[in-house]
Amino acid sequence: MVAASGLHDRAVRRIVGADRVGHLHPMTVGTTTGTIRLEDAGAMMGGQTVWQHVTGSFRPGSMTAIAGANGTGKSTLLRAILGEVPLAHGTLTRGGLGPRDFGYLPQARIIDRGFPISVTDMVLGGAWQQTGFFGGAGRAVRLRAASALQRVNLGGQAQRMIAALSAGQFQRLLFARLLMTDARVIVLDEPFTALDAPTTRDLLELVCEWHAQGRTIIAVLHDIHQIRTCFPDVVLLHGGQATWGRTPDILTPVILQRAYGGTRDRWTDMPS
Amino acid sequence: MSILSVLWDPFASFGFMRRALVASMTLGMGAGPVGVMLQLRRMSLIGDAMSHAILPGAAIGFLLAGGLSLTAMGIGGIAAGLGVALLAGLVSRRTQLAEDASFASFYLTSLALGVLIVSARGSNIDLLHVLFGTILGIDASALCLMGGITTLSIVMLSIIWRPLVMECVDPGFMRMTGGRGGIYHMVFLFLVVINLVAGFEALGTLMSVGMMMVPAATARLWTRRLLPMMVLSAATGMAAGLIGLLVSYHYRLAAGPSIILTCSVLYILSLVMSPAGLRAGRHIHETS
Repeated sequence: MVAASGLHDRAVRRIVGADRVGHLHPMTVGTTTGTIRLEDAGAMMGGQTVWQHVTGSFRPGSMTAIAGANGTGKSTLLRAILGEVPLAHGTLTRGGLGPRDFGYLPQARIIDRGFPISVTDMVLGGAWQQTGFFGGAGRAVRLRAASALQRVNLGGQAQRMIAALSAGQFQRLLFARLLMTDARVIVLDEPFTALDAPTTRDLLELVCEWHAQGRTIIAVLHDIHQIRTCFPDVVLLHGGQATWGRTPDILTPVILQRAYGGTRDRWTDMPS
Repeated sequence: MSILSVLWDPFASFGFMRRALVASMTLGMGAGPVGVMLQLRRMSLIGDAMSHAILPGAAIGFLLAGGLSLTAMGIGGIAAGLGVALLAGLVSRRTQLAEDASFASFYLTSLALGVLIVSARGSNIDLLHVLFGTILGIDASALCLMGGITTLSIVMLSIIWRPLVMECVDPGFMRMTGGRGGIYHMVFLFLVVINLVAGFEALGTLMSVGMMMVPAATARLWTRRLLPMMVLSAATGMAAGLIGLLVSYHYRLAAGPSIILTCSVLYILSLVMSPAGLRAGRHIHETS
């Protein structure tokens, strides 16, 4: 049953891949609803409860920010969604989504940027779900890689080594790799940390483009202003609990003060 | 004596020199590329630890076979090396100790255990052979084993190239998007172990890791691209084999250490002369 739905899912993905420039329809074929749902979920790290009694859904095509102060378990939530951290209690269902439906952007600091690999090879790595580990990267994949680099303004850097890139260029490269995965669900762990304004603007635009194509976006973010302007849904983690809902309902001065501390004025005066 | 005869005579006159040359070239060719990958994965210490870990396995093989039997010691070495790799991986996942710390504990234990086993039943000569190798005593069956291991590791490296590189650069991305990076990590550790086993008959358990690490460190000073780095590492090891054997022949020095010291001299020269070496000072950092 599981294997069968997996096959089916792959077949659907192939069809989607065929008109990948077009709109991705939220799929409701068979068991593949594409909704990631947590039901009374809790996670532990090193014997400590990180968060508990979390209930909510990432619907297909939704765009959700995960916010909260440091140490509230934002990354743990991402890793739980990706199946990397087992839940301590509760359930998590992925609506028939397999690991290969997920595109993931790790925090840039955990990547070994000294490794001798070229920009092109790094981008091609994003297509491994299509090429397989052992198949060659054909002309079509190489063309896609080139256009992905073009899309993030790295067109002229294809032959450089990743060690030679600036922090901003490297983040653009990671986004180009995400473009190659053509994933239905895109999970971003602090995608805009330590980036300058133009880079953030370009990459945020790309995220919005993915959202417009019907992909599900889940991102850990720190910038409340960014969340207010771009992300319709938010999960705010604080005190081992999650407040989940529409952004304007959640990011109110009262709740923000409770989550981050500081004075209420600080959160009232935020541009929105 | 002409230059040509200096270079040619030792190998033309003596079969053991010819076999030593083929052995050291074969080892260099296999261990060089594996060493580059090992260093890029920041696992140099683990290679070192693994080479020690092979010792008790080889020693038990030595005991069971009742002498220096390549097959028995090879199988024992591979089993012990893989066992320690698995154990250390397990310990570092379950405890707070970093992988290198757990490897250091394992290898000291292994070294002591290996020396204990060999010296319990064998002579001091046997112990010296196990620890430092007998490159001048290599026979045809040992050459076949080395050739087979080198061929296997080059073929395997080219097969697992893409997933291995991806797993090195960004293990998170691969894991989270459904790739099984752990398998390739294990295949790679297996390649490390068999290359060390290939080397231990010639260079001993203590020095076989030298053929893996020093040429790799040299190659990294000269290029920033992976494939040329591996080719250069292999070439450095092979050149060191040739030069080391000639030096040991003409100056009557021990062959194994001469080869490893030649690797070291090439490394030091590269350190002084290469653009990424000492001349570059602190301007170029490997990671930012």
